Amino acid sequence: MEMPTVTMQVIPMEHGLLLAAILFIMGMVGVLTRRNLVFILMSLEIMLNATGLAFIVASSHWGQVDGQIMFLMILSLAAAEVAVALGLVLQLFQKRKTLDINVLGEMKG
Amino acid sequence: MLDLLWLVPVIPFIGFLILTLTFGKLPQLAAGIVGAGSIGLSFVFAFLAGSSFLGAEISSYSQTLWTWMSVGDLEVGFTLYLDGVSLVMMYVITGIGFLIHVYATGYMSGDPSFARFFSYMNLFVSAMLILVLADNLALLFMGWEGVGLCSYLLIGFWYKDPNNGYCARKAFVMTRVGDAFMAIGLFTLFVSTGTLNIQEAMLEAEAQWVVGSGVATAVTLLLLGGAVGKSAQLPLQTWLPDAMAGPTPISALIHAATMVTAGVYLIARTHVLYLLAPEVQYLVGVIGAITLLMAGFTALTQSDIKKVLAFSTVSQIGYMFLALGVGAWSSAIFHLMTHAFFKALLFLTAGSIILAMHHEQDIFKMGGLRKDLRWSHALFLIGTLGLVAFPGFSGFFSKEEILASAMENHDGGYILYLAGLLGAVMTYLYSFRLYFLVFYGKKTHDGHEVMGLHLQGPLVLLAIGAVFAGFIHIPVEGVFPEMEEHHPSVMAQAAMILLPMLGGLLAWWVFVKGKVDTEKLAGQGFGAKLHRFWFTQWGMDWLYDKIIVTPYTWLAEVNKNDFIDSIYNGSARAVRFCHEVMSETQTGQLRWYAISIAYGLLLLVVLGVLL
Repeated sequence: MEMPTVTMQVIPMEHGLLLAAILFIMGMVGVLTRRNLVFILMSLEIMLNATGLAFIVASSHWGQVDGQIMFLMILSLAAAEVAVALGLVLQLFQKRKTLDINVLGEMKG
Repeated sequence: MLDLLWLVPVIPFIGFLILTLTFGKLPQLAAGIVGAGSIGLSFVFAFLAGSSFLGAEISSYSQTLWTWMSVGDLEVGFTLYLDGVSLVMMYVITGIGFLIHVYATGYMSGDPSFARFFSYMNLFVSAMLILVLADNLALLFMGWEGVGLCSYLLIGFWYKDPNNGYCARKAFVMTRVGDAFMAIGLFTLFVSTGTLNIQEAMLEAEAQWVVGSGVATAVTLLLLGGAVGKSAQLPLQTWLPDAMAGPTPISALIHAATMVTAGVYLIARTHVLYLLAPEVQYLVGVIGAITLLMAGFTALTQSDIKKVLAFSTVSQIGYMFLALGVGAWSSAIFHLMTHAFFKALLFLTAGSIILAMHHEQDIFKMGGLRKDLRWSHALFLIGTLGLVAFPGFSGFFSKEEILASAMENHDGGYILYLAGLLGAVMTYLYSFRLYFLVFYGKKTHDGHEVMGLHLQGPLVLLAIGAVFAGFIHIPVEGVFPEMEEHHPSVMAQAAMILLPMLGGLLAWWVFVKGKVDTEKLAGQGFGAKLHRFWFTQWGMDWLYDKIIVTPYTWLAEVNKNDFIDSIYNGSARAVRFCHEVMSETQTGQLRWYAISIAYGLLLLVVLGVLL
């Protein structure tokens, strides 16, 4: 029996970058439109990962390792950020019993 | 004793400080003692310093108290300078000032602002003494301005009547016009001669200037502007009659005996400069001549006793200017002194009459008072005879000197002489009109003489002065250039003495005999127009109203909304509008900021792609 040959087709860079852009815009729209602080944080994560994806696509296209290193850094940054931000969100919720940023927004112009 | 000179202006100033720093709380007796006593003490020291000055046979004495300012080359000392002219002025100011102060303690008795009155009076005397004793023009100018300030304060003394405030402001503004000229004159003189010291500046000017040169003309004209303002001569004379709003002792002290003579003093003091500008010197005489005629005609139509006297002052100072114009410097100072005596006497006696008539000043409401007011009648008659220069009275000696000098002056003095002679006739006419209207005729109101040693005492002393001051010899030989003695012919002298008496005769004929119906004369046709013309000081007030006040108020009306300010207001409004637009973007909503960052990024990317 002959094994069917699977030819790994290289995903073109444009597709990867387009996906990254779509993810980024989705995240941004989420940041801009969501009212719940937790969802805003999630959208921020999406935006971070979109940039990470763009880095990986670029690094594999040029065969350079810098992009992968950059992604690792973004990943650790995101982990630290989530840890701090979730702590703050918990505190905020305990104090104010809400996560609606329109209610929480106290800085007036 | 000469080194006590500094006490002369300082003591009245101390009096002023005492009266001011007690905020008018001093009881009347104490305030009167401080107010009049300080001037009396000042007179004593003036007398001591003056007699040792005359005994020392020196031409001048100066005493530097301290350096007032020292900037670069300019060093102005607080230096007093005593010579014949300032000696005469010092005596007049302290002596007559003292008598007026004593009189004022009686006249102002019971006034709620008694102490305030005397504090102003003391400050005035102090400023006037600094003016005449100043060694340099800066110090003189300080005294000059101090006198102006006190004049303002005293004219508006009864400030509750708005009209008095108006009169005070008018006097202040009118004299300020002259002062501006004078200040510019001082600057010009300083630039040209490099010193403000009067004696040095005159020496320097004599050495540098050519007779009739531009700078000499400019400086003397500007100084003349100051003198004209202060001495109430044409065209700045309109303030003096309004200055009669103040209490009567003020009118006697400031507007007769001392302050208005400051202009005469200034010109006499700087006479060397005027000798270098003969045209301006002649102009001084012409101004004097025109003023004395104008004031004479106006005095003839006034109905307020003090205003008649005010215009007679303007007229007599016109004589002094005339004397300065023909180079009879010492005669001008002489007339200044005799005038101080009889005019103070006239004003204070008028004050007594006003007191007796319960503050009635209209001479047509008086009449027939010679029986009721025996003292005032006698004193007023002496003053009037002094004023009209009746032979033997003080005014006679000084005025005849002036007229004789004018007659013998070769450079156009003849016209001035004729004007002076006509003025003398007018003097008789208006003085005796006043005298007859007040003391003769039908009695309409009762008057009761207010008696008191502090009222009649000074008046009697002034009356003695008004009679005998003509025999005083003023020690001014060393100060002014030698003048040849004038001996007019007997005919000319007779004309000078007898012709003016016709004026008195006319006054008697009209106002006692009642041969002419003055009301009818002044009430219709040409007579009415003439009366109006004279009454309004030849329309000077009207003229100023038309050419200065009306355009000014028009300008103020146009500029009511400040159209220059609207430029600045407009720029402020534009800034505020931008601020409002910008602050709209500051919503406090974080997402709006995020969106604007995103759009900004987008814009940059698009720009980066397109360009």
